[in-house]
Amino acid sequence: MSAQIAETQEIKVAKKPAEALLSKRRRKLLVDPLNDDNPITIQVLGICSALAVTSQMLPTTTMAIAVIVVVVMSNLIISLMRNIIPSRIRIIVQLAIVASLVILVDQVLKAYAYDISRQLSVFVGLIITNCIIMGRLEAFAMGNKPYDSILDGLGSGFGYAWIILTVAFFRELLGSGAVYGMKVFEAIGLDFPNNGLMVTPVGAFLILGIIIWVQRTKTGYVEK
Amino acid sequence: MELISLGVRSIFIENMVFAYFLGMCSYLAVSKKVSTAFGLGLAVIFVLTITVPVNWLLQEYVLSEGALSWLSADLATVDLSFLQFIMFIAIIAAMVQLVEMVIEKFSPALYGSLGIFLPLIAVNCAILGSSLFMVQRDYTLTEAAVFGFTSGIGWFIAIIALAAIRERLMYSNVPDGLKGLGITMIITGLMGLGFMSFMGIKLGNENEDETAIPGTENTTEIVAPQESASAGIHYID
Repeated sequence: MSAQIAETQEIKVAKKPAEALLSKRRRKLLVDPLNDDNPITIQVLGICSALAVTSQMLPTTTMAIAVIVVVVMSNLIISLMRNIIPSRIRIIVQLAIVASLVILVDQVLKAYAYDISRQLSVFVGLIITNCIIMGRLEAFAMGNKPYDSILDGLGSGFGYAWIILTVAFFRELLGSGAVYGMKVFEAIGLDFPNNGLMVTPVGAFLILGIIIWVQRTKTGYVEK
Repeated sequence: MELISLGVRSIFIENMVFAYFLGMCSYLAVSKKVSTAFGLGLAVIFVLTITVPVNWLLQEYVLSEGALSWLSADLATVDLSFLQFIMFIAIIAAMVQLVEMVIEKFSPALYGSLGIFLPLIAVNCAILGSSLFMVQRDYTLTEAAVFGFTSGIGWFIAIIALAAIRERLMYSNVPDGLKGLGITMIITGLMGLGFMSFMGIKLGNENEDETAIPGTENTTEIVAPQESASAGIHYID
């Protein structure tokens, strides 16, 4: 995994003077993590929180937005500070910045969406240890300019978001016959029994495994 | 007795990996060989056993509302709990660093075999997650220590089992797209299914949180048939 990170770093470190706002290289930064270099299915990062919150769509959406905000902001801040952080203590500095951002997100959630915040329980705090965020900081923000880092953060954030939303969609649909709490099967008059397995952690593992299979077959990525 | 049932619960029923998906990153990345999985598992047990009680002390005497009253009466109304995340992660990172230095000094062989896994533990969600669960469930100091130790053991068992399965998997013919992560997720799912069978076990504990199994005073006893309707299947959300 570390070899892979080092590799991406080398490719992306090349920079040119005065680039267009969305040049080809920058579009690549934004689009690559969505599919070919997806943080969850290809890089195997951030799975800890990806599964725990996905039994329903609503908390999953909240979680996805929270992670996007944190990864973009922390990428920006670290990128701005990259030349003054001594490399020996960089992990602690990164953790401190990520933790402060997560505290902000947590306080905002507690203030404006208390029910969802209770439902997510400890998993908001666990954004701190989400490997996607630390991985992007280490591999990208420490060596690139702020604007590029924002794009990279957005790309990774959305790459994470669409995977967990897909997992949540299937888990909620099959597990409780609903999407965002709306009973879909009842609405169209179909008598579809709920699959209790999908609500349990086991369902999350199986669905993510299948999504990874489909996604890797499409991109042609093979491990080892 | 309470402590034993708490221990059994954290090892089997509420296993960090299978019930809460914590520590998945290193669980997936380091489970290719049993020997390395063993080293990482031991390190996680060690760090968890230290950090959970230390964070308990921090929460009790510094962070929670009115906790600073032992310093002076003026501080009795101060509530620093919003600093929880950053303080916990600082303690964990410091502890990991300390453990690293101690191991390097006293057992260079173990240090060599653990290699880069030690610093990685600082960002293992299982460590921070246990501390946050400890706060959420209002454990006492002894309970926190037992909880930290047994959660570590649960994680250790999970990673060793997965590593053993993956070593065998090298000889099987897995479809290309499913190789590596895909099949590992599905195996973990099936292992989780196995661990779900522990949910029927009834443990004697009085303070149940929302994810606990309904129990009575007897420990480790299979649920009686007439009660199993309410206690048998239990979902974590």
